Amino acid sequence: MPVGILALQGDFREHAQLLNGMGVETRLVRKPGELDSIDGLVIPGGESTTIGKLADRYGLLEPLRRVVRSGVPTLGTCAGLIFLAAGTTGPAQIHLGVLDVVVERNAFGRQVDSFEAELDVTGLVDPLHAVFIRAPVIDKAGADVEILATVENDPVMVRQGNIIATSFHPELTGETRVHTLMLNQEG
Amino acid sequence: MDKGTDRVKRGLAEMLKGGVIMDVVNADHARIAEEAGAVAVMALERVPADIRADGGVARMSDPTMIEEIQAAVSIPVMAKARIGHFVEAQVLQSLGVDYVDESEVLTPADEEHHIDKWAFAVPFVCGARNLGEALRRIGEGAAMIRTKGEAGTGDVVEAVRHFRTINGEMQRLTTMKHEELMSTARDLGAPFDLVEEIAETGKLPVVNFAAGGIATPADAALMMQLGVDGVFVGSGIFKSGDPASRAKAIVEATTYYEDPSIIAKVSRNLGEPMVGIGVTELEEGERLAGRGW
Repeated sequence: MPVGILALQGDFREHAQLLNGMGVETRLVRKPGELDSIDGLVIPGGESTTIGKLADRYGLLEPLRRVVRSGVPTLGTCAGLIFLAAGTTGPAQIHLGVLDVVVERNAFGRQVDSFEAELDVTGLVDPLHAVFIRAPVIDKAGADVEILATVENDPVMVRQGNIIATSFHPELTGETRVHTLMLNQEG
Repeated sequence: MDKGTDRVKRGLAEMLKGGVIMDVVNADHARIAEEAGAVAVMALERVPADIRADGGVARMSDPTMIEEIQAAVSIPVMAKARIGHFVEAQVLQSLGVDYVDESEVLTPADEEHHIDKWAFAVPFVCGARNLGEALRRIGEGAAMIRTKGEAGTGDVVEAVRHFRTINGEMQRLTTMKHEELMSTARDLGAPFDLVEEIAETGKLPVVNFAAGGIATPADAALMMQLGVDGVFVGSGIFKSGDPASRAKAIVEATTYYEDPSIIAKVSRNLGEPMVGIGVTELEEGERLAGRGW
């Protein structure tokens, strides 16, 4: 069965290309029925407010929550992390609330402060080259949330059960190890 | 930690794909745009239709207005600098805008030289009518391209023409033998390394949005089906009868661009569209797309 990639807005094609390159079949998801029979779920980078509003208007919020809670391996990158989270430190926006973290949006500043860095990740042997774009960090994490990587002590990659979420964009660098981690976990 | 790299500049545009960037002239407009689902707003003092009507010299916006818009929304805020006016760009960078649009909608400050965009940490988006123009801007450091279209008209014909031109020229490059590329680079007036790259990949190395004349949900979906990465809507929203509904409809048509039933649904009861000006009615000197080279 394919991995579903939420394709309301953002860099969903980069996720699809990366997964296809790994030999993984993918399906772009814009409607609830397209979530049936998927082996994994990716929520891409993009604008989290836009993705949240479209998911709400097109009846995707509950079906997405059901898929994630059923244990389907799930990856959220940047906006995907924000959308999966329980809330943000800033103004209210629409979340799935399936990942027990509160995120701080644009935590490193505006676009001129976006950066690339080498990142040590728990469970990966070699460091990972990570691209942070107007990136969020995790401000608070629940007891079930495992922190896999940090920048200046702020968590930027976490795991909770079947969910992995990152502040950065593995899909922009051809980095396959994060997607492999996601696909190999059990719910 | 490396800031201001090519990858982070081009990367922000990647995150805007499949989205709508809306022109706004104050914080209230910006909130309406964000609420509708815009991926970013473009802060400017007058929308292109008004610049066209008012005449005179159009310049960078007042920093206070830009800061009010930055404070009002969480999505990226872009702002326009005049072609070649690198000090306006420096000011915009110091304000922390997320993207600078070196724009033909404003009155050019330099008819010979565009801004050296490599010198900035803030990324730039630039307009183009054809592949040579797009590659010259990328050669100068632009991290995102948009069609110029013909701003402030509500007539989509030029955006279509510019996108088809760029795409057709790229397709032609992919069929050429390597020895043909240098004379083509000469004819296009484009950097050779970029011509070589496109002959190889068949696509621009940066994100390419449509701009200039998009006024309806169907216009946005048309450009998306043609293959653009996203759309800018300038005068089309806030010069229409019901901006909030139209903005929301254009966002939804941009996501569901392949689904005519959704485009039909969101196109209902949007009130009056902006009053259009047919591009063919414009005198040569009234066309903004001819600014820059």
